[in-house]
Parts: sequence; structure tokens; C-alpha cells
Amino acid sequence: MKHKIAGGDFANAGNVASAVKKVLRQLNIDHQISKRVVISLYEAEVNVVAHAYSGVASIQIDEEKIDITITDSGPGIADIEKAMQEGFSTASPHVREMGFGAGMGLSNMKKNSDLMEISSIPDKGTVVRLVNYIKRNAA
Amino acid sequence: MQHKEHDKDFHHALRVYDDICYGCTHCMTACPTQAIRVRNGKASILVNRCVDCGECYKACPVSAIGVEQDDLQTIFNYPVRVLLIPSVLVGQISHKVPVENIYRALGEIGFTHVYHVENTVDMVIEAYEEYARTTEVRPMISSFCPAIVRLIQVRFPSLIENIVKVNPPIDMSAMYYLQKLKSEGIAEEGIGMFYATPCAAKIAAIKSPVGETRSAITGVINMNFLYNKIQMILQKQNNEGKLPITDNLLSSRGILWSLTRGESAHWKKRALAIDGINNVTEILESVENDKLGIADFLELRACDESCAGGILMTGNRFLTVERLRKLAADHAATGMDDKRKLAEGFINLKEHSFLGNIEPRNMEKLDENLGEAMKKMEKKSEMMRFLPGCDCAACGAPDCQALAGDTVKGEGSLTDCIFLQQKLMDENRMNLEESIEITEKIWGSHRFNKKKKNKGEQDED
Repeated sequence: MKHKIAGGDFANAGNVASAVKKVLRQLNIDHQISKRVVISLYEAEVNVVAHAYSGVASIQIDEEKIDITITDSGPGIADIEKAMQEGFSTASPHVREMGFGAGMGLSNMKKNSDLMEISSIPDKGTVVRLVNYIKRNAA
Repeated sequence: MQHKEHDKDFHHALRVYDDICYGCTHCMTACPTQAIRVRNGKASILVNRCVDCGECYKACPVSAIGVEQDDLQTIFNYPVRVLLIPSVLVGQISHKVPVENIYRALGEIGFTHVYHVENTVDMVIEAYEEYARTTEVRPMISSFCPAIVRLIQVRFPSLIENIVKVNPPIDMSAMYYLQKLKSEGIAEEGIGMFYATPCAAKIAAIKSPVGETRSAITGVINMNFLYNKIQMILQKQNNEGKLPITDNLLSSRGILWSLTRGESAHWKKRALAIDGINNVTEILESVENDKLGIADFLELRACDESCAGGILMTGNRFLTVERLRKLAADHAATGMDDKRKLAEGFINLKEHSFLGNIEPRNMEKLDENLGEAMKKMEKKSEMMRFLPGCDCAACGAPDCQALAGDTVKGEGSLTDCIFLQQKLMDENRMNLEESIEITEKIWGSHRFNKKKKNKGEQDED
């Protein structure tokens, strides 16, 4: 599955997460896992909307894992380590007024995924990969 | 798969009367959980999707959907006949009628004791506060409305842990009065504990409790049925019936509890109160995305204006709310509105104030097995390329997605779609007789014939 994310479109931030949530429900993915997927994806989506010009979320689901890659073109992240710290944010006052930009996005993504990879080229864009493993219940 | 107790179907209080139902789409498209399909010209309820909210009951143009209740005569099997009434029962009757007259009318109907459901509200508030200290999960979601608890089970299983595991006042009061009467020397077998319900969801919850093993309530009497009886008695000039035994434990908090903001008003941190099942669904979607992290407590009610808008309420819901708010204000002004003292010696009630486990019942799963579910998912999206996407419901399912879902689960067929039938006929792969046969299977035999009786026809009675 591929979904486009438009930068600056706060009204539609969360649409990708909602679409993925619907899919996970139909696949009967354990709700604890699907909750983590939805929260981390939502944070990633908001980051694209708040900081980048445009982005694409591609979602791959197989029997082992839910593997999501969000690629955006935008300003990128200069210091990833710093950005990962809770409370650190470069969001504009305008974005903060809307209730976003608390500086919890990246750390929330990390908290709610089993594997998180992030790479960025300043002035080009950022790629975030979020993986959650599906624990197979004994049949 | 291990078979567990909770795998049993939900008990439902809503019924379709096949002799009245004439097969239309109103209930099916109104249902917030897509729990209705039309088969053989009649609406049928899918037990594992229905949450007993009653939207179908409201939508039905011919009152073909009913709510089961216990026969009033069953109360006479018990020498002590207790009726627990929610404040909205009083609220829907004119403020010119003294509350005492309503009690007398209930006495004349046959009840020996009348108590307010909300008499234990102060204990519930305490239990909420205690529960809030035991969990970090936020927002906490009220367990008051049973339709919402079920909605969360079937549609938002990841939010089950957010539900406040505290019994609502109805269960607390039933337990309290049972204990109290027993302590007065009355044998338990002789006590009939009845509840006047404003909605179907409460009945369903009592007949098959979600998180508790057994309810202390013997039976349920529908409020619309009682309303008619009360009004008949109030019409009579001399209302000198015997006053049933009652008490004065009701506080202004209790009077307002079942109305919108009745619970959230007592929350010290940020709390939202939302009524109407579609509004609630919208907010729960946001909570699942973790968008409402800052709210501490959510009071969610399925009906517009909460219990005042219950499907079994007869009085105008806005007037009911206005009367109860006035009643509560008057009550508070008496200065007697301090914390109500329940009779001493019932402290162990507190042990029963916490609900047991609430199980997830994901209704949207296509298959238990992940591999199979993925295959069905793929098939389903392939099917969506053929279906018209206009959600006309002529297939007997509420929309195209639902038909595709039913089809991959083996509970429907793509050929039920009239658009696809046209296409198949155009390609000479189906003939007119086959198409008519399919349509009659969904909408009833002789559906194409002129009707003897139909909605909107001149001789309609």
C-alpha cells in the first residue's frame, strides 16, 4: 500500500494511520500491536505535514511484520540524535498553536515500534522506517 | 482455538418483528456497526456486530423493531417487589406532578419498594477516584453506557484498557438494596429486584453482563410501558394509592448523573462529555490515533442527550433535561445536598464496585488466521474494482465494502449487486429470471408484484 501525504495539510493528518488501522482490524492483528503501529505512523504522518513539503508512506504487511517506510522531501533533520530527545522540536509557533510540535514525535515513534531507522539529508528530506513484529499466537 | 466462555454470542434486547418488517434499508443504513442485512425481505441482526444502541429502532418507519422485556406479571412471583428507577423516569413527567404521586402510581402498579438507581452515585465517584490512582492509561473512558462498552469491544478493541473498570450505579444500587433488605430479615428468594430501563443496551447488559459474572437484577421493565401505566393512574382524580417504601438518598449529583456531563462534571482534570453514537465513534477514532492524549476522562453516551434520549423514553428529551437540571438546582439549594450516607455496614459493597475483564470482540476480522485474512483482504480489494461504489444497499448489505466483506467471508455473493447483474446480463452470463430470483431472495418473494399494503399507499392504516 502506498499513501501520499501533503505537507501543511493538517486537516488530513492522520488519514493514512486511519486507513492502516482499518486494514489491521480486518487482518485481526492483535490490538496491542495495531495500537503501536497506528500511534507511530500517526506521529510520522504529522511530522511530514508539519515539516516537509510532501511525503509518501509505503506499508508492507506480511505474516511476520508490519513494515512502514515514510519518505519525505523537505528540510531534513540536521542533528538526528538531538531531534530524538523528548521535548526537542523545530515546529513553528503556528504549528504549535494547532496542538502539534510538542517534541515527542520521534521518541513516540521509537517507543511504539520494534525497529526504527531514520536517515536524513538536510535540505533534501527524511526517510523513516518503522517495523512492528507480529507475535504469532500458538495456533 | 480454545473455546472460552466469552466466545458465546452477545445477548441482544433488540428484535425484528418479521410480521411487521416490510424490508427497507432504513435500519440497515442507520446502524453504526453495520450489524443489519436484509434477507428474504426482512431485516436480520448480526449478533456479533450489534451493540444494542437502538439506532435501528429509531430509524424504522413502521416500528418493526422491538425491545424485549420481562412480563410485568413476573413481579408478583415475589412478596417484596423492588423497582429501581433512573432519574430520567421522573424527569419525563410534568414538573406539576409531585414526585410522591409518581411513587404512589408505581405502588399501585404493584411495587412495594421504589429506589433511585443513582442513590449509589457518591460511591461510584469514590470508586472512580480510586481506580484512577491504579492506572496510568489515559484517557479513561466511562463504563456507564453499555452500548459504548460494547462498541469499544467490537470496533475499538485497543481501547478496552481505557475503560474505567467500575460498576455503573445500577449494579451498585441493586447490590446495595439487596444487601439492605436481606439485613432487614427478608429472604433473598422473596426479593424481586426490577429495573425500569430507558434503553435496550441496559437490558442486554443485565442479561449478559460484560465484565461481571452475574447481575443482582431479577428483571427489566421497559420505561415506555411503565410511562403509559403511570400516566393512566395519574389521570385518575383520586390518586390515593399506597406509598411504596423509599428513602431519600438521592443527591443533586445523582439526579444529573445519567445526563450529558453528569459524570465529567466531577472530574478534576480535563474531561470531555460526548453524546450520540456517531459523535462517540468519531472521538474514539481520534483516541486510537493517540490524538487526545491530554484528556484525562471521557464520558461517552450512545444517545443524544444521554439517557434522556433513550429509545424507551416517551417524554421530550430536551424538556426532561431541563426539568432534571431544575430539580437538581432546587435540591442543591436546600442545603441538604451533602454527601449521602448509605446505611452503615455495607462497606464490602466497595469490593464489588470493580468490573472484571472486558474481552475484545473484533468484528471486522476477515479470518482468524493471518495468512487467510491477507488473502481475503486482497480478494476484497479486487472486488471493490467491480462494485459500483454508490452504496445503494440494494444487495441487502449497507454498502459496497460490506458486500465485498460478506462475500469473502462466504456470507454473501457479488451477484447480489444489481449493477453486476446488469453487466452479466449484458454479457449473456445471466438471464432475467436469474436476476429476479436473486433479488427476491434478498427482498422477499413477490417483491415485484403490486402490494396489498405498503408505506405511503393511500389506504395505509
